[in-house]
Amino acid sequence: MLMIALKSARFRRTSIVLTVIAIAISATLLLGVDKIRKESRASFFNTVSQTDLIVGARSSPTNLLLYSVFRIGNATNNVSWETYQSFAERDEVAWTVPISLGDSHRGFRVMGTSSDYFDFYSFGNKKNLTLDEGTRFDGVYDTVLGADVADDLGYEIGDEIIISHGLTSADFADHDDKPFTVVGIFDRTGTPVDRTVHVSLAGIEAIHVDFQDGARSGVQLDAEQALQFDLTPTSITAFMIGLENRAQTFTLQREINEFQAEPMSAILPGATLSDFWRTISPVEQVLFVISGFVLLAGLLGMLTTILSTLNERRREIAVLRAIGARGRHIVMLIVLETLLVVTAGCALGVAALYALMAAARSTVARRYGVDLAATGLDSTQLGIIGGVIAAAVVVSLIPAFIAYRRSIQDGLSLKV
Amino acid sequence: MTDHAGEVVGLDAVRFRWPGQSSDIVSIDELHLGAGEHLFVRGSSGSGKTTLLNLLCGIHVPSSGTVRLLGTDLARLAPGHRDRFRADHVGVVFQQFNLLPYLSTLENVTLACAFSGRKKQRATETSKVDDTARRLLSDLNIGSELLGASVNKLSVGQQQRVAVARALIGGPEILIADEPTSALDADNRDRFMNLLFRESEARGCTLIFVSHDPELAGRFERAIELDPVIDGVGSAS
Repeated sequence: MLMIALKSARFRRTSIVLTVIAIAISATLLLGVDKIRKESRASFFNTVSQTDLIVGARSSPTNLLLYSVFRIGNATNNVSWETYQSFAERDEVAWTVPISLGDSHRGFRVMGTSSDYFDFYSFGNKKNLTLDEGTRFDGVYDTVLGADVADDLGYEIGDEIIISHGLTSADFADHDDKPFTVVGIFDRTGTPVDRTVHVSLAGIEAIHVDFQDGARSGVQLDAEQALQFDLTPTSITAFMIGLENRAQTFTLQREINEFQAEPMSAILPGATLSDFWRTISPVEQVLFVISGFVLLAGLLGMLTTILSTLNERRREIAVLRAIGARGRHIVMLIVLETLLVVTAGCALGVAALYALMAAARSTVARRYGVDLAATGLDSTQLGIIGGVIAAAVVVSLIPAFIAYRRSIQDGLSLKV
Repeated sequence: MTDHAGEVVGLDAVRFRWPGQSSDIVSIDELHLGAGEHLFVRGSSGSGKTTLLNLLCGIHVPSSGTVRLLGTDLARLAPGHRDRFRADHVGVVFQQFNLLPYLSTLENVTLACAFSGRKKQRATETSKVDDTARRLLSDLNIGSELLGASVNKLSVGQQQRVAVARALIGGPEILIADEPTSALDADNRDRFMNLLFRESEARGCTLIFVSHDPELAGRFERAIELDPVIDGVGSAS
């Protein structure tokens, strides 16, 4: 029967090929959405690791997470340097990484931080930041670029960059009198680090010595003059905390949240990431539902194709019945043919998915920080393929039984 | 109990009508054929020829009466068993030969063994199925160069012979030909009839030949005429 089904399908190759392509598109879309969903999720949760608490001015946990980790949005207020230091110096605190945001460079956020950032910030599975080229920042006007910043803007070690005040790059707001020198470029991380310009906290202070209340003061000081000032920050945007003992996390979190001297929020990154992911999960569900409808359209297209060919196949089926094919053979012929079509469609869909992933991998990784690695199909994706095949077989039972019933009505002597 | 010894095909008081119809499409009181007999069934359009063939092949079962093939009452068999019985014991040649266009000449012939273990067993008694089919086609003057070719590339005459080979492979006891000459000119028709007689006689097949062409009746030892349905009754005379 398989041989007959194969040859019969090959004989009607035009309609079969179109059906295979329709199924392949459906399978590619369905598997692609699943792949992107999983990789996005993995990328999202890999953005920060080993950090026990993130602390910022009192705001919602999601807002704090967005601006401190994803460089999205702005802080409602700052945390004073004294408060930061009082927590950084506590015995239960193993390390802290200060974060100072507010400036930008050609669309990329600038982040002021300390050298602890290089030692303690980790992402993914406990991975620390590594330099692709150059060194850490040492001087006040040194900068270390994320991989995307360097790639997109074509920067190399030794290049000078101008930081803009605020998040716009309007000329009047440029700190063009205090250029920074690129001293290092990070390896790609697939996290917002790639899209960040990193400078020292002193550097942030230096470019703002002649600014007052967010605007230029009447006095303009050049880079060298600025170095004469005390560049210890008065405030920072947020800070990350790593504890000696993780069991103390909730105690310290409560203490920070109830800190009377300054209103602050402390969040657990993992829990907040989960909460935030849950808020955007309906989007992925909608995508999945849309993909499901595309699959349904593909299956209905296949059903229509099979049904439309049944009329021209009445003679073939009558002949098969005459030479002894039983009802179940006719049903099996249609179901087998469907199985071949949908299996070929799924195989083509998987091949197309991998081809697309290979083609788009670097672009997607660079633009969205999502790594579309060509890993094998996981159990969910195999389940999706199995489900598609099973659904197609169930759908094919409709034309199969119609063909069987017609074969009884037509009998042996179909005059076509 | 009636003695059906030597009977290959037996019809007793066979009536057939579709559900909801008030009249019989087929009405045959009695018809018995022995091994190797050749029967010509003539009838005009609407006389129930097609329905009779479907009854003989077990596609349909009579509304009343009995259709026996090789002593087996087809109505007593389950539909699947009737299909298997047909596959094992009956060969069919169609009006337009109806070869499957996506199979080669050889595959069209051996296909008959795919649904019948008995035909396959008989076809493999002395050699493989393919070899038996080759020999059969060779006997019917189909050159070996055509065996792997698509049947669409065969002439009408060659297609006739392939259709006969498909009906004969595995040695069916009963050969049914459904107006196989209706689309042929006189020369081709005569050649086909000679071929059919020669092969069915060589194998001892009981041949039931259906046609509306009265000229052919003279070549058969027995003939029946199916009367068109008049006032709701189609019958054999």
